[in-house]
Amino acid sequence: MYELTLHEIRDKIKNKEVKIIDVVNDIYSRIDKVEPKIEAYVSFTKETAIKRANELQEKLDNGEDIGPLGGVPIAIKDNICIDGTKTTCSSKMLENFVAPYNATVINKLVEAGAIIIGKTNMDEFAMGSSTATSYFKNTKNPWNLERVPGGSSGGSAAVVSSDMAYASLGSDTGGSIRQPASYCSVVGMKPTYGTVSRFGLIAFASSLDQIGPFTKDVEDMAIMLNAITGKDKMDTTSVDIEYPDYTKALDKDIKGMTIGIPTKFLGEGLNQEVKQRFEEAIEVYKSLGANIKEIDLDYAKYALATYYIISTAEASSNLARFDGIKYGHRAEDFEDLIDLYKKSRTEGFGTEVKRRIMLGTYVLSSGYYDAYYKRAGQVRTLIIEDFKKAFKDVDVIALPTAPNVSFKFGEKTENPLEMYLEDIFTVPVNIAGLPALSIPCGFAETSKMPVGLQLIGNLFEEEKILSVAHAFEKNTEHHNMKPNI
Amino acid sequence: MREDYEVIIGLEVHAELSTKTKIYCSCTTEFGGDPNTHCCPICTGMPGVLPVLNEKVVEYAVKMGIATNCEIAKFSKQDRKNYFYPDLPKAFQTSQYDLPLCEHGYVEISVNGKNKKIGITRIHIEEDAGKLIHDAYTGDTLVDMNRCAVPLIEIVSEPDIRNADEAIAYMQALKSTLEYLEICDCKMQEGSLRCDVNLSVRKKGETKFGTRTETKNLNSFKAIARSIEFETNRQIKELENGGTIYQETRRWDDDKGVGYAMRSKEDAHDYRYFPEPDLAPIILSEEYVEKMKAEIPEMQFARKQRYINEYSLPEYDADQITSSKYMADFFEKAEAKCKNAKIVSNWLMGDISRKINESEMNDIRDVKFTAEDLGELIILIDKGTISSAIAKKVFDEMFETGKKPEDIVKEKGLVQITDENAIKEIVVKVIGENPQSVADYKAGKDKAIGFIVGQVMKASKGKANPGIVNKLIIEELNDK
Amino acid sequence: MKVSEEEVKHIAGLARLKFTDEEITKYTKDLAGIVEFAEQLNEIDVTDIKPTAHILNIHNVFRKDEIGKSYDREKLLQNAPTKAAGCISVPKVVE
Repeated sequence: MYELTLHEIRDKIKNKEVKIIDVVNDIYSRIDKVEPKIEAYVSFTKETAIKRANELQEKLDNGEDIGPLGGVPIAIKDNICIDGTKTTCSSKMLENFVAPYNATVINKLVEAGAIIIGKTNMDEFAMGSSTATSYFKNTKNPWNLERVPGGSSGGSAAVVSSDMAYASLGSDTGGSIRQPASYCSVVGMKPTYGTVSRFGLIAFASSLDQIGPFTKDVEDMAIMLNAITGKDKMDTTSVDIEYPDYTKALDKDIKGMTIGIPTKFLGEGLNQEVKQRFEEAIEVYKSLGANIKEIDLDYAKYALATYYIISTAEASSNLARFDGIKYGHRAEDFEDLIDLYKKSRTEGFGTEVKRRIMLGTYVLSSGYYDAYYKRAGQVRTLIIEDFKKAFKDVDVIALPTAPNVSFKFGEKTENPLEMYLEDIFTVPVNIAGLPALSIPCGFAETSKMPVGLQLIGNLFEEEKILSVAHAFEKNTEHHNMKPNI
Repeated sequence: MREDYEVIIGLEVHAELSTKTKIYCSCTTEFGGDPNTHCCPICTGMPGVLPVLNEKVVEYAVKMGIATNCEIAKFSKQDRKNYFYPDLPKAFQTSQYDLPLCEHGYVEISVNGKNKKIGITRIHIEEDAGKLIHDAYTGDTLVDMNRCAVPLIEIVSEPDIRNADEAIAYMQALKSTLEYLEICDCKMQEGSLRCDVNLSVRKKGETKFGTRTETKNLNSFKAIARSIEFETNRQIKELENGGTIYQETRRWDDDKGVGYAMRSKEDAHDYRYFPEPDLAPIILSEEYVEKMKAEIPEMQFARKQRYINEYSLPEYDADQITSSKYMADFFEKAEAKCKNAKIVSNWLMGDISRKINESEMNDIRDVKFTAEDLGELIILIDKGTISSAIAKKVFDEMFETGKKPEDIVKEKGLVQITDENAIKEIVVKVIGENPQSVADYKAGKDKAIGFIVGQVMKASKGKANPGIVNKLIIEELNDK
Repeated sequence: MKVSEEEVKHIAGLARLKFTDEEITKYTKDLAGIVEFAEQLNEIDVTDIKPTAHILNIHNVFRKDEIGKSYDREKLLQNAPTKAAGCISVPKVVE
């Protein structure tokens, strides 16, 4: 039954067609079978999961409501804190770090009845687009084990794609949910900045980070959003609005809605095979009665440079607390305090993390602030204005999620810039704080690897995205495709 | 100090705000407690935590801004100041960089009858660091994070101060303001009010500032004054000898009375400030500022006027008593008890202030007896239950133990002797034993009486009523 | 803007990282490449443009001054590499 969707298994549990403990055992036996090939998990929480399965079953048997996720096994990216559980960020630095508290999203998932089954692999401190910067292991793309699952939430994408979890949580700073969702052919969404509490998410870049779900279909996405969104008094940047029931948006007719396409921006380094699938997807929308409108996003091409300044500056400060003093890796030999700092940090962080800390420190250092950080903040304003203008005329914006399909291990490691370019279509969304979702839209002809369609909405307009995505899903078969493992 | 030099001083004063909780989490700010027991994942900088600003911190800082004639910023934000140090768990201090809450204020001081305005550049909010304890046994340093993220305001003065007296007067003025606003407990011994001194010297007539040094973390008026004297002399001497003043951070050793250059923190001057993305800007409306203004209590000046009018205190007394809110509160309570304002004032300005200064106490709040006890002591004197001489002894005991004056008097049998027969008995005895003094008196030396009075008081262990003693001696001598 | 090896060493010191000469050369090259890439922002006229620090128009997000429970010390210090007397211990700090 591991191949079912979240809402299917939830309904089976609710209708007492299956026991929760059997659902949990079934998913762990699927993991036993598939995980050795995929290597998407870094740790499991089996003991608690089983205990919770029994507790929830008892409640259910007593006629109690066990919540909208009642009894459903869910996986969590390993940068989200679970009290008493190792939270490593796939880094040597935090190899043995046991979180002393729960992230708000964890409390919310538990409240909604979810069962957390394990923590998933990621790029170290969420810095990367391949999950290959993980200190622990390389997670494989379930569609082709020689290829990367994308990143940084590669583990969370792979477990949903390979039916090792019904859904999962990831985090998205520059595309870290949408790009792996695209590479692994699952649905992945970054909600509007501020709609999901970041409390307990180990920060990479505070003004860009956002937690979001991976699911097998759009309906499951709406259910997950219902569970995790909401104002949190522990997070200053969490927004106090009336949160809707996202499932109500699913079956809205999209006839007459306008989908914007930034044609000029699209030209930037887009692979032809990806382009084909994207154009076909647009044809589907035309056939469903949506209006297609060409739009300009003049500053979007600067989003990547803006992103690498802002995100690394914030990261250099956020990651300074990993100093070998209070927690995390401490070097064995050191001469004095400063040496302890330097050795612990140098040993504890991998190359990509150090590269970004260096860049971030550089752009904030004396004399460079105005030239880089301040200017990036100004360009950020222009990019936001661009989107604001566009959303006056369109309901959602469509783009490919990534310019290419999943690449092979070892490719794109020489020049960091080449890897960064994979984020070109996802990064503008984080810069502007917008919600965006990636949905499967077929496979590239040569590589047979999945392609994702990205749907971007205006601030707090997740519902429009869900309507448009669900309409696509109802009229295509891509989401039903399963990798052969 | 040499007359041909001028000293330029600016103070950076840190005041811990007396909020109940820390600046970004709900941990208590209470002083003391076992190490690391007033902490949570937020104030210890655990991965993934986020700050939420305590609203009282803004209120208190704004009130201080209003009370020191500052402009209150309509738009203000918080920034990260990045540096590595074991007492700073996040490896950045959340502070304010270019947009502080309050700017462009001043306080008025008076030194030797001369009034002067000291400009305030800015007042901003920030978080305190933890405490580092030296472990003598292992040689390691221990980190106690109880003080981490206790809210502070930093009050930065203009370089308007010219000597130690002005610096102390300025500190007094800030301290009094903080006390009256009830936003800082101002216990300098505990470090809740402390100051850094920026000091440079230049030849009189020069218009350019000299290189300045910063002496950190001074936590008593005495230390501030002495370190200023020391640093002034050091810099002048250095320049006179053809040396150079380096811009450096210095530490003051108050026991030895010497300042040292600190081993400078490596690259300490590149803090890489940037706006704190986890906190929202602070936007203050005029209504808010007006509301804060309305909440500002009676401050020193108003209270001083009231003391002159209501209690008929001399201006000097009123000024001294009200310079500390705690002293003034003490005064009012003691006065309420004994209804003798001038005597209460005398005690406060005299013996009580002297004793506090001689002790390790912060101020009158650390005194063991209550204001009511002082009132009671004054009543005992007024009623004639004890003599003034005995009262001093009772006071010493009160100060030492905190016991009630009536209990001390009872315990030690210090009640004044007013029984004329009993006193007469001693007088007769003393006069009998001192024929020379009697002869001196008869010879017109009135001073001889003083000696006899002394002897009688001694014989009565100080308990005899001095008025009666005097009267009886004269009667007795004239009878002879 | 050219990034020099000297600068990279200085930045490494600020970031409390330690590199071999070889790594310095490599990081200098990487940083120079990314910095050059970032300099495309110089093409844009940003005169009078206010930098965005927050996507959302939030301000005055405050907490009431109410005491909550502090944490169990054992739990709070469970990850500390070395401890003594209820504190985290570190090599001697010199002022």
